[in-house]
Amino acid sequence: MQQQVYQHTLPNGLTILGEPMPWLESVAFTLMFPGGTAREPHDRIGLAGMTLEMTQRGSGRWSSREVVEELDFLGVDRSSSVSSFYTSISMSAMARVLDTTFEVAAAMVREPHFPEDELEEVRQSALLELSSIEDDPAQKCFVELKRSRFAEPFGRSSLGSVSGIEAVSHEDCVAFHQAHAKPQGAVLSIAGRFDWQDFLKLVDRYLGSWSGGPATDLGDVEPRIGSIHIPHDSQQTHIALAYDSVAYQHPEYYRGRGIVGILSDGMSSRLFTEVREKRGLVYAISASSHSLKNCGSVLCYAGTTSGRAQETLDVTMETIRSISQGIESGELSRLKSRTRTSLVMEQESSASRSSQLAYDWITLGRTTTRQEVLSEIEQLTSENLIEHFQKHPPKRWTLVTIGPEPLEFQDEV
Amino acid sequence: MKFKQVTLDNGLEVVAEVNPNAFSQSLGYFVKTGSRDETMDIAGVSHFLEHMVFKGTPRRTSVDVNRELDDLGSQSNAYTSEEQTVYYMSVLPDNQHPALDLLTDMMRPSLRDEDFQTEKQVILEEIAMYDDQPPYGAMERAMEEFFGEHPLATRVLGTKDSVSALSAEAMRQYHSERYAPNNLCLAAAGAVDFDALVSEVDKRTKHWTPSRVERTLHKPLTEPKQIQMIHPPATQQYTLEFSPGPGTMDPDRYVSRVLATILGDDSGSRLFWELVDKGLADAAVCYTYEFQDCGVFGLYLAGDPEQQQDNWELIQSIVSQSDSHPITERELELAQNKIAAGILLSAERPSNRLFSVGGAWVSRHRYETAAEVSEHYRSVSLEEVQKAFERLKARTAVRVSVGPDTAL
Repeated sequence: MQQQVYQHTLPNGLTILGEPMPWLESVAFTLMFPGGTAREPHDRIGLAGMTLEMTQRGSGRWSSREVVEELDFLGVDRSSSVSSFYTSISMSAMARVLDTTFEVAAAMVREPHFPEDELEEVRQSALLELSSIEDDPAQKCFVELKRSRFAEPFGRSSLGSVSGIEAVSHEDCVAFHQAHAKPQGAVLSIAGRFDWQDFLKLVDRYLGSWSGGPATDLGDVEPRIGSIHIPHDSQQTHIALAYDSVAYQHPEYYRGRGIVGILSDGMSSRLFTEVREKRGLVYAISASSHSLKNCGSVLCYAGTTSGRAQETLDVTMETIRSISQGIESGELSRLKSRTRTSLVMEQESSASRSSQLAYDWITLGRTTTRQEVLSEIEQLTSENLIEHFQKHPPKRWTLVTIGPEPLEFQDEV
Repeated sequence: MKFKQVTLDNGLEVVAEVNPNAFSQSLGYFVKTGSRDETMDIAGVSHFLEHMVFKGTPRRTSVDVNRELDDLGSQSNAYTSEEQTVYYMSVLPDNQHPALDLLTDMMRPSLRDEDFQTEKQVILEEIAMYDDQPPYGAMERAMEEFFGEHPLATRVLGTKDSVSALSAEAMRQYHSERYAPNNLCLAAAGAVDFDALVSEVDKRTKHWTPSRVERTLHKPLTEPKQIQMIHPPATQQYTLEFSPGPGTMDPDRYVSRVLATILGDDSGSRLFWELVDKGLADAAVCYTYEFQDCGVFGLYLAGDPEQQQDNWELIQSIVSQSDSHPITERELELAQNKIAAGILLSAERPSNRLFSVGGAWVSRHRYETAAEVSEHYRSVSLEEVQKAFERLKARTAVRVSVGPDTAL
């Protein structure tokens, strides 16, 4: 479990993190800067995603088509996304092509061409992507759950809204990028096979002269409670449910996460056992920890044919509450064993380490080591988990259902 | 990295790509059975059986199975396809023995009546889940229409009716025939102690008796067809086209995949630049499916129902341009680099290597390193890919379209 994490801050404020994994042939980096959906003007919802797409249509010495061709030539696996507070660009490739790969990514941030004649194409793509979730009710259920629970501007979907996408102008994209793609508050992480000093030189060459002040604080996130039903002509009713928990930066985060693990990690977890294995109510059921700044939540999903949806919701909520009645030692030991294994396996993927480094930095303001996570997990006991559950019981529930009929839902506890 | 292979006396094959420096190991039983080995009256049994394998054995209850899988800290799962049912887990090397014991025991499930009835509900939920997703229904229908009387027409999940009518007894019968040791391959990748693996699996399966397992192999007789399905709640229109392509044994499969990448990868391809990048369609891709005796070259389009007809015509013209727009050296090089890099990047994880090693052994009886496979793609010539492009003009195609109305 030996692990070394380098850290350096450029004079312009950009934080650089690096974790060498010299046993790999690959290298992966992640660049995150504060350009999320919560920073969009209220009548331009969808702007962050469209801006990101525009930055990928030509930058630096590459035209729109040349960017794609260059990355294909180098064999780069890439992804980019927008969340509530950040825009993120990730790339992974064989170590020998790091220099040019990084130059492409840096150009997207520093020197995007923003081709005006491609804006309509970007807009049409965004509208199509937005409409495609109508045919994926499970995904739509989560989009609506976040919209409902985290409210404006924090609950916005990166897919945007029809009116927002239709209103976005070329100037909006340029201005949004100029205002938010800045080194202060941004983080660049790298993991895999690389030389730290060489990488710092590379970053200095392409991002050393990047400038810009810090992002404004948008205030705290306050969850909203209640239920929403969206009628849909489907066989299944899709149930998305959220309730309060502790956020990633909370001192007791691992206790909260441990409880979610007992509920949902693995095939012996309580939700899988009670809802699927014993009663055959669902094919898919899950719960996960979700942190949006200060606001920690547990988000759950279950999909079931409509006649059994009420029972599924009731059993799911009952199972969540059953934690207060005790945790078996076997449940705890399985949780620990799964964590140990996944921490070891993390070392097989440069991409997952690089994104974790960046996520830790923007959420905690520091990186965490495997040893630290392991020690947090090893300290969990049935008693301290129950104590945590009593201190932070599931409350302030939010429910979204999509299907033929609404369900009865009592927001209590 | 070393390849090792042994066939036990009962016919069970054990293969491994051993990498002593890996952090983990992945183990999997590849059962050479899937929906193509089913008759219509038991359609869906392979997939249903895959669920039942987690429901306990004479030595373990279903709760025991699930708990042990989690105790081992494993990332485990299973899937069923037309030709294979695969059970796999990734564990730390220290857990090789208990993982193998559990996985091997699971290959001899109890198939208890009560569990069968409960799990049937889960399968019916899974079918309902996919029924609500219009592109999935179009894909199942395209398989049925393309393959016609051929066994590959059988749906992996079965239908609501076939699964409802299925009996536990029929499943037991199917299991006893298809899960015979000579129809199984145990594959492993990563930090594996191969000798210990072989001696343990030999000990645990010594009493398993081989059976006569057969699979009907022949080329499908595809008739050109155009099917229109209506799914009123759908928002987008989804159109699929299947035409014959190379199978898993056919060396042309490398050429076919390179062609599919050039014409219709989800980024940087001809369809991408002409339809997706321009905001005309949500998705426009080409892909290949390979089976033991045949294969499929597929086209897929998703987008606004009102634009579907125009978009489809555009796709048809793009895939027919072998004379006016032959494949260029540059296109070939980009596609080869992209495919090769994808293979090499994913090969860093034993959990990914397991499927490559096990899959190649089960379908071709061959071990292929990641470097070898990427080299096969790199050695595809411009002439070969251009010829495959030219052949597309005369393809026999089955087209299925689904959407809110009869847009295409």
